[in-house]
Amino acid sequence: MSPGLLLFVVLAMPPVAAWLEGSMAGHMLVQIPLLALAGGLVARGAAGGRGVVLAGFNAGGFAGMLVTAFAAAAWMLPRMLDAALRSPLMEAAKFTTVPLLVGVPLALSWPLLPPVARGFIWANLISHAAVLGWLYTVAPNRLCTRYLYDQQALVGAALFIVAIALLVGWGWFAIAGRPIGPWSRGRARGRLI
Amino acid sequence: MRLRAALATIAVAAAGVAVLGVVTDGFRAATSEGVWRLAVAERPRPLPDATLVDQSGRAWLSDVRGRPILVEFFYTSCPAICGLLASRFQAGFERLIAQSEGPEILLLSVSFDPERDTVTELADYAARLGADGQIWRVVRVNDPIEQRGLLDAFGVVVLPDGAGGFVHNAAIYLVDPEGRLARVYDPDAPERAIAELDR
Repeated sequence: MSPGLLLFVVLAMPPVAAWLEGSMAGHMLVQIPLLALAGGLVARGAAGGRGVVLAGFNAGGFAGMLVTAFAAAAWMLPRMLDAALRSPLMEAAKFTTVPLLVGVPLALSWPLLPPVARGFIWANLISHAAVLGWLYTVAPNRLCTRYLYDQQALVGAALFIVAIALLVGWGWFAIAGRPIGPWSRGRARGRLI
Repeated sequence: MRLRAALATIAVAAAGVAVLGVVTDGFRAATSEGVWRLAVAERPRPLPDATLVDQSGRAWLSDVRGRPILVEFFYTSCPAICGLLASRFQAGFERLIAQSEGPEILLLSVSFDPERDTVTELADYAARLGADGQIWRVVRVNDPIEQRGLLDAFGVVVLPDGAGGFVHNAAIYLVDPEGRLARVYDPDAPERAIAELDR
Protein backbone atom coordinates (compact mmCIF):
# COMPACT_ATOMS: atom_id res chain seq x y z
CA MET A 1 0.00 0.00 0.00
CA SER A 2 1.34 3.43 -0.90
CA PRO A 3 2.28 5.76 1.96
CA GLY A 4 -0.49 8.19 1.00
CA LEU A 5 -3.16 5.51 0.98
CA LEU A 6 -1.87 4.12 4.26
CA LEU A 7 -2.00 7.56 5.83
CA PHE A 8 -5.56 8.03 4.58
CA VAL A 9 -6.65 4.66 5.98
CA VAL A 10 -5.12 5.50 9.36
CA LEU A 11 -6.80 8.92 9.41
CA ALA A 12 -10.14 7.39 8.46
CA MET A 13 -10.06 4.88 11.34
CA PRO A 14 -12.88 5.94 13.68
CA PRO A 15 -10.75 6.09 16.87
CA VAL A 16 -8.08 8.19 15.10
CA ALA A 17 -10.68 10.49 13.54
CA ALA A 18 -12.47 10.90 16.88
CA TRP A 19 -9.20 11.60 18.67
CA LEU A 20 -8.06 14.25 16.19
CA GLU A 21 -11.51 15.83 16.01
CA GLY A 22 -11.68 15.94 19.80
CA SER A 23 -9.76 19.19 19.74
CA MET A 24 -9.99 22.13 17.38
CA ALA A 25 -6.21 22.17 16.86
CA GLY A 26 -6.21 18.44 16.10
CA HIS A 27 -9.06 18.86 13.63
CA MET A 28 -7.91 22.01 11.87
CA LEU A 29 -4.14 21.83 12.07
CA VAL A 30 -3.44 18.09 12.09
CA GLN A 31 -6.26 16.05 10.53
CA ILE A 32 -7.09 18.32 7.58
CA PRO A 33 -3.44 18.97 6.60
CA LEU A 34 -2.69 15.24 6.91
CA LEU A 35 -5.68 14.39 4.70
CA ALA A 36 -4.29 16.81 2.13
CA LEU A 37 -0.85 15.22 2.52
CA ALA A 38 -2.37 11.76 1.96
CA GLY A 39 -3.93 12.92 -1.31
CA GLY A 40 -0.72 14.67 -2.29
CA LEU A 41 1.41 11.59 -1.65
CA VAL A 42 -0.88 9.39 -3.74
CA ALA A 43 -0.85 11.90 -6.62
CA ARG A 44 2.90 12.37 -6.37
CA GLY A 45 3.42 8.63 -6.50
CA ALA A 46 1.14 8.27 -9.50
CA ALA A 47 2.72 11.17 -11.40
CA GLY A 48 6.29 10.25 -10.50
CA GLY A 49 6.77 13.53 -8.68
CA ARG A 50 6.30 15.63 -11.79
CA GLY A 51 3.70 18.25 -12.47
CA VAL A 52 0.80 17.26 -14.67
CA VAL A 53 -0.45 19.76 -17.22
CA LEU A 54 -3.68 17.89 -18.01
CA ALA A 55 -3.71 18.54 -21.76
CA GLY A 56 -2.67 22.11 -21.17
CA PHE A 57 -5.44 23.04 -18.75
CA ASN A 58 -3.00 23.00 -15.84
CA ALA A 59 -0.06 24.53 -17.73
CA GLY A 60 1.94 26.58 -15.26
CA GLY A 61 0.08 24.92 -12.40
CA PHE A 62 -2.17 27.93 -11.78
CA ALA A 63 -5.53 26.22 -12.24
CA GLY A 64 -4.56 23.35 -9.94
CA MET A 65 -3.20 25.68 -7.27
CA LEU A 66 -6.44 27.66 -7.34
CA VAL A 67 -8.42 24.45 -6.77
CA THR A 68 -6.18 23.79 -3.75
CA ALA A 69 -6.54 27.34 -2.47
CA PHE A 70 -10.35 27.46 -2.68
CA ALA A 71 -10.86 23.96 -1.25
CA ALA A 72 -8.46 24.66 1.62
CA ALA A 73 -10.12 28.02 2.32
CA ALA A 74 -13.55 26.36 2.48
CA TRP A 75 -12.37 23.72 4.96
CA MET A 76 -10.74 26.30 7.18
CA LEU A 77 -14.10 28.00 7.82
CA PRO A 78 -15.35 27.44 11.39
CA ARG A 79 -18.81 26.51 10.12
CA MET A 80 -17.35 23.72 7.99
CA LEU A 81 -15.55 22.24 10.99
CA ASP A 82 -18.84 22.34 12.93
CA ALA A 83 -20.70 20.81 9.99
CA ALA A 84 -18.21 17.93 9.72
CA LEU A 85 -18.72 17.16 13.41
CA ARG A 86 -22.49 17.41 13.21
CA SER A 87 -23.22 15.61 9.96
CA PRO A 88 -21.80 12.26 8.77
CA LEU A 89 -22.41 13.44 5.20
CA MET A 90 -20.19 16.50 5.71
CA GLU A 91 -17.60 14.34 7.44
CA ALA A 92 -17.56 12.08 4.37
CA ALA A 93 -17.32 15.18 2.16
CA LYS A 94 -14.29 16.33 4.15
CA PHE A 95 -12.54 12.96 3.84
CA THR A 96 -13.19 13.02 0.09
CA THR A 97 -12.64 16.61 -0.93
CA VAL A 98 -9.60 17.46 1.20
CA PRO A 99 -7.37 14.74 -0.33
CA LEU A 100 -8.82 15.12 -3.83
CA LEU A 101 -9.20 18.88 -4.08
CA VAL A 102 -6.43 20.09 -1.78
CA GLY A 103 -3.70 17.44 -1.80
CA VAL A 104 -3.89 16.05 -5.34
CA PRO A 105 -3.92 19.36 -7.26
CA LEU A 106 -1.20 20.73 -4.98
CA ALA A 107 1.12 17.80 -5.73
CA LEU A 108 0.39 17.93 -9.45
CA SER A 109 0.68 21.71 -9.77
CA TRP A 110 3.46 22.78 -7.42
CA PRO A 111 6.30 21.48 -9.64
CA LEU A 112 4.86 23.48 -12.55
CA LEU A 113 4.63 26.81 -10.77
CA PRO A 114 7.23 29.46 -11.58
CA PRO A 115 9.41 30.55 -8.64
CA VAL A 116 7.63 33.90 -8.35
CA ALA A 117 4.29 32.16 -7.88
CA ARG A 118 5.77 29.85 -5.25
CA GLY A 119 7.20 32.79 -3.39
CA PHE A 120 3.83 34.53 -3.57
CA ILE A 121 2.10 31.44 -2.13
CA TRP A 122 4.63 31.06 0.68
CA ALA A 123 4.36 34.74 1.58
CA ASN A 124 0.57 34.51 1.64
CA LEU A 125 0.60 31.30 3.65
CA ILE A 126 2.86 32.83 6.28
CA SER A 127 0.96 36.12 6.53
CA HIS A 128 -2.44 34.36 6.62
CA ALA A 129 -1.29 31.95 9.33
CA ALA A 130 -0.08 34.90 11.41
CA VAL A 131 -3.25 36.98 10.89
CA LEU A 132 -5.55 34.00 11.53
CA GLY A 133 -3.52 33.13 14.61
CA TRP A 134 -4.00 36.62 15.94
CA LEU A 135 -7.74 36.60 15.12
CA TYR A 136 -8.27 33.24 16.82
CA THR A 137 -6.35 34.42 19.87
CA VAL A 138 -8.26 37.68 20.37
CA ALA A 139 -11.75 36.69 19.12
CA PRO A 140 -14.19 37.44 21.96
CA ASN A 141 -16.64 34.73 20.90
CA ARG A 142 -16.29 31.06 20.13
CA LEU A 143 -16.05 30.61 16.37
CA CYS A 144 -16.90 26.90 16.43
CA THR A 145 -19.90 25.97 18.53
CA ARG A 146 -18.52 22.47 18.98
CA TYR A 147 -15.22 23.53 20.55
CA LEU A 148 -14.38 25.31 23.76
CA TYR A 149 -12.94 28.81 23.86
CA ASP A 150 -9.56 27.71 25.20
CA GLN A 151 -9.17 25.34 22.23
CA GLN A 152 -9.75 28.26 19.90
CA ALA A 153 -7.03 30.24 21.67
CA LEU A 154 -4.76 27.20 21.37
CA VAL A 155 -5.35 27.10 17.61
CA GLY A 156 -4.47 30.80 17.49
CA ALA A 157 -1.19 30.20 19.32
CA ALA A 158 -0.43 27.17 17.15
CA LEU A 159 -1.04 29.19 13.98
CA PHE A 160 1.44 31.80 15.24
CA ILE A 161 4.01 29.04 15.73
CA VAL A 162 3.26 27.66 12.27
CA ALA A 163 3.72 31.14 10.77
CA ILE A 164 7.07 31.62 12.54
CA ALA A 165 8.24 28.11 11.62
CA LEU A 166 7.30 28.66 7.96
CA LEU A 167 9.02 32.04 7.95
CA VAL A 168 12.22 30.66 9.46
CA GLY A 169 12.17 27.59 7.22
CA TRP A 170 11.38 29.51 4.07
CA GLY A 171 13.97 32.18 4.89
CA TRP A 172 16.62 29.56 5.55
CA PHE A 173 16.01 27.79 2.29
CA ALA A 174 15.89 31.07 0.41
CA ILE A 175 19.28 32.03 1.85
CA ALA A 176 20.82 28.55 1.65
CA GLY A 177 19.46 28.09 -1.86
CA ARG A 178 18.60 24.50 -1.15
CA PRO A 179 15.10 23.13 -1.33
CA ILE A 180 13.76 20.64 1.17
CA GLY A 181 11.58 17.58 1.43
CA PRO A 182 9.58 15.87 -1.29
CA TRP A 183 10.40 18.53 -3.88
CA SER A 184 14.15 18.33 -3.39
CA ARG A 185 14.97 15.34 -5.56
CA GLY A 186 16.11 16.60 -8.90
CA ARG A 187 15.48 19.76 -10.84
CA ALA A 188 12.66 18.34 -12.91
CA ARG A 189 10.56 17.77 -9.81
CA GLY A 190 10.34 21.39 -8.91
CA ARG A 191 11.62 23.36 -5.98
CA LEU A 192 10.43 24.87 -2.76
CA ILE A 193 11.08 28.38 -4.08
CA MET B 1 -1.86 25.72 -24.41
CA ARG B 2 -1.88 29.15 -22.81
CA LEU B 3 -5.48 29.75 -23.78
CA ARG B 4 -6.55 26.46 -22.22
CA ALA B 5 -4.65 27.23 -19.04
CA ALA B 6 -6.15 30.72 -18.86
CA LEU B 7 -9.67 29.39 -19.42
CA ALA B 8 -9.18 26.66 -16.83
CA THR B 9 -7.85 29.19 -14.30
CA ILE B 10 -10.80 31.52 -14.88
CA ALA B 11 -13.26 28.62 -14.62
CA VAL B 12 -11.68 27.38 -11.36
CA ALA B 13 -11.69 30.91 -9.93
CA ALA B 14 -15.37 31.34 -10.78
CA ALA B 15 -16.29 27.94 -9.35
CA GLY B 16 -14.20 28.59 -6.23
CA VAL B 17 -15.85 31.95 -5.58
CA ALA B 18 -19.26 30.33 -6.10
CA VAL B 19 -18.48 27.52 -3.65
CA LEU B 20 -17.17 29.94 -1.04
CA GLY B 21 -20.29 32.02 -1.57
CA VAL B 22 -22.49 28.99 -0.90
CA VAL B 23 -20.65 27.88 2.24
CA THR B 24 -20.64 31.41 3.67
CA ASP B 25 -24.28 32.14 2.84
CA GLY B 26 -23.36 34.74 0.26
CA PHE B 27 -20.18 35.86 2.09
CA ARG B 28 -22.25 36.92 5.09
CA ALA B 29 -21.21 34.37 7.73
CA ALA B 30 -18.25 32.09 8.38
CA THR B 31 -19.45 30.56 11.64
CA SER B 32 -22.32 28.15 12.34
CA GLU B 33 -23.88 30.70 14.67
CA GLY B 34 -23.78 33.42 12.01
CA VAL B 35 -25.31 31.15 9.40
CA TRP B 36 -28.00 30.03 11.88
CA ARG B 37 -28.96 33.61 12.71
CA LEU B 38 -29.33 34.52 9.05
CA ALA B 39 -31.35 31.38 8.32
CA VAL B 40 -33.73 32.01 11.23
CA ALA B 41 -34.23 35.67 10.28
CA GLU B 42 -35.06 34.68 6.71
CA ARG B 43 -37.30 31.74 7.58
CA PRO B 44 -38.80 31.47 11.09
CA ARG B 45 -38.64 27.91 12.47
CA PRO B 46 -41.43 25.94 14.18
CA LEU B 47 -40.58 24.81 17.70
CA PRO B 48 -41.40 21.53 19.43
CA ASP B 49 -43.70 21.59 22.42
CA ALA B 50 -42.20 20.95 25.82
CA THR B 51 -43.51 20.90 29.37
CA LEU B 52 -41.82 23.65 31.32
CA VAL B 53 -41.75 23.92 35.11
CA ASP B 54 -41.29 27.44 36.44
CA GLN B 55 -39.81 28.86 39.63
CA SER B 56 -43.03 28.35 41.56
CA GLY B 57 -43.34 24.71 40.46
CA ARG B 58 -46.11 25.36 37.97
CA ALA B 59 -46.02 23.15 34.91
CA TRP B 60 -47.15 24.65 31.63
CA LEU B 61 -46.82 23.91 27.99
CA SER B 62 -44.35 25.90 25.97
CA ASP B 63 -46.85 26.40 23.16
CA VAL B 64 -47.68 29.95 24.19
CA ARG B 65 -49.29 31.70 21.29
CA GLY B 66 -50.43 35.23 20.63
CA ARG B 67 -47.54 37.07 22.29
CA PRO B 68 -43.85 37.40 21.54
CA ILE B 69 -41.41 35.63 23.84
CA LEU B 70 -37.76 36.44 24.43
CA VAL B 71 -35.90 33.30 25.45
CA GLU B 72 -32.45 32.75 26.94
CA PHE B 73 -30.79 29.48 27.96
CA PHE B 74 -28.70 29.31 31.13
CA TYR B 75 -27.74 27.30 34.20
CA THR B 76 -27.76 28.83 37.65
CA SER B 77 -24.19 27.91 38.59
CA CYS B 78 -22.77 29.41 35.38
CA PRO B 79 -19.77 31.57 36.23
CA ALA B 80 -19.60 33.45 32.95
CA ILE B 81 -21.92 34.40 30.12
CA CYS B 82 -25.21 33.55 31.86
CA GLY B 83 -24.59 36.49 34.23
CA LEU B 84 -24.45 38.87 31.28
CA LEU B 85 -27.60 37.35 29.80
CA ALA B 86 -29.39 37.65 33.13
CA SER B 87 -28.39 41.29 33.62
CA ARG B 88 -29.60 42.16 30.11
CA PHE B 89 -32.85 40.31 30.80
CA GLN B 90 -33.17 42.32 34.01
CA ALA B 91 -32.82 45.55 32.03
CA GLY B 92 -35.39 44.30 29.54
CA PHE B 93 -37.72 43.31 32.37
CA GLU B 94 -37.48 46.76 33.96
CA ARG B 95 -38.23 48.34 30.61
CA LEU B 96 -41.28 46.12 30.15
CA ILE B 97 -42.58 47.00 33.62
CA ALA B 98 -42.03 50.72 33.04
CA GLN B 99 -43.79 50.86 29.69
CA SER B 100 -47.54 50.95 29.62
CA GLU B 101 -47.96 50.40 25.88
CA GLY B 102 -46.58 47.94 23.37
CA PRO B 103 -47.00 44.20 22.95
CA GLU B 104 -47.31 41.93 25.97
CA ILE B 105 -43.87 40.34 25.89
CA LEU B 106 -42.90 37.28 27.91
CA LEU B 107 -39.33 36.78 29.09
CA LEU B 108 -38.31 33.16 29.50
CA SER B 109 -35.06 31.92 31.09
CA VAL B 110 -34.69 28.20 30.38
CA SER B 111 -32.23 26.13 32.41
CA PHE B 112 -30.47 23.28 30.62
CA ASP B 113 -29.05 21.84 33.85
CA PRO B 114 -32.05 20.02 35.35
CA GLU B 115 -29.86 17.98 37.69
CA ARG B 116 -28.74 20.98 39.72
CA ASP B 117 -31.41 23.50 38.80
CA THR B 118 -34.28 22.20 40.88
CA VAL B 119 -37.42 24.25 41.36
CA THR B 120 -35.94 25.53 44.65
CA GLU B 121 -32.76 26.62 42.88
CA LEU B 122 -34.80 28.31 40.19
CA ALA B 123 -36.89 30.10 42.82
CA ASP B 124 -33.71 31.40 44.53
CA TYR B 125 -32.28 32.47 41.20
CA ALA B 126 -35.52 34.21 40.20
CA ALA B 127 -35.71 35.98 43.58
CA ARG B 128 -32.12 37.20 43.25
CA LEU B 129 -32.86 38.66 39.83
CA GLY B 130 -36.35 39.88 40.61
CA ALA B 131 -38.06 37.68 38.02
CA ASP B 132 -41.76 37.96 38.86
CA GLY B 133 -43.03 34.67 37.41
CA GLN B 134 -45.51 36.52 35.21
CA ILE B 135 -43.63 38.71 32.75
CA TRP B 136 -40.31 36.96 33.44
CA ARG B 137 -40.39 33.25 34.11
CA VAL B 138 -37.46 31.05 35.03
CA VAL B 139 -38.07 27.47 33.94
CA ARG B 140 -36.59 24.01 33.58
CA VAL B 141 -37.56 21.11 31.33
CA ASN B 142 -38.19 17.90 33.25
CA ASP B 143 -38.11 15.53 30.30
CA PRO B 144 -34.55 15.11 28.92
CA ILE B 145 -35.87 14.23 25.46
CA GLU B 146 -37.99 17.36 25.36
CA GLN B 147 -35.03 19.41 26.57
CA ARG B 148 -32.82 17.95 23.84
CA GLY B 149 -35.48 18.76 21.24
CA LEU B 150 -35.81 22.31 22.52
CA LEU B 151 -32.05 22.94 22.53
CA ASP B 152 -31.74 21.52 19.02
CA ALA B 153 -34.65 23.59 17.75
CA PHE B 154 -33.09 26.79 19.12
CA GLY B 155 -29.63 25.81 17.84
CA VAL B 156 -28.13 25.78 21.33
CA VAL B 157 -25.03 23.59 21.72
CA VAL B 158 -24.14 22.74 25.33
CA LEU B 159 -20.72 21.19 26.02
CA PRO B 160 -19.35 20.06 29.39
CA ASP B 161 -16.42 22.38 30.24
CA GLY B 162 -14.50 19.69 32.12
CA ALA B 163 -14.86 21.54 35.43
CA GLY B 164 -18.44 20.57 36.25
CA GLY B 165 -19.96 23.41 34.25
CA PHE B 166 -20.98 23.95 30.66
CA VAL B 167 -19.93 25.99 27.67
CA HIS B 168 -22.79 27.09 25.47
CA ASN B 169 -23.55 29.57 22.72
CA ALA B 170 -25.20 32.58 24.29
CA ALA B 171 -27.94 34.50 22.53
CA ILE B 172 -31.39 35.97 23.01
CA TYR B 173 -34.05 34.21 20.95
CA LEU B 174 -37.30 35.77 19.80
CA VAL B 175 -40.30 33.46 19.48
CA ASP B 176 -43.01 35.20 17.48
CA PRO B 177 -46.75 35.21 18.36
CA GLU B 178 -47.20 32.20 16.04
CA GLY B 179 -44.84 30.20 18.26
CA ARG B 180 -41.96 30.15 15.78
CA LEU B 181 -38.31 30.95 16.39
CA ALA B 182 -38.08 34.23 14.48
CA ARG B 183 -34.81 35.99 15.39
CA VAL B 184 -31.55 35.37 17.21
CA TYR B 185 -30.00 38.41 18.90
CA ASP B 186 -26.65 39.04 20.54
CA PRO B 187 -26.60 38.35 24.29
CA ASP B 188 -26.63 42.05 25.13
CA ALA B 189 -29.63 42.90 22.99
CA PRO B 190 -32.93 42.16 24.76
CA GLU B 191 -33.66 45.88 25.00
CA ARG B 192 -33.07 46.24 21.28
CA ALA B 193 -35.36 43.28 20.70
CA ILE B 194 -38.05 44.87 22.86
CA ALA B 195 -37.62 48.21 21.09
CA GLU B 196 -38.05 46.45 17.73
CA LEU B 197 -41.17 44.71 18.97
CA ASP B 198 -42.57 48.06 20.18
CA ARG B 199 -42.44 49.47 16.65
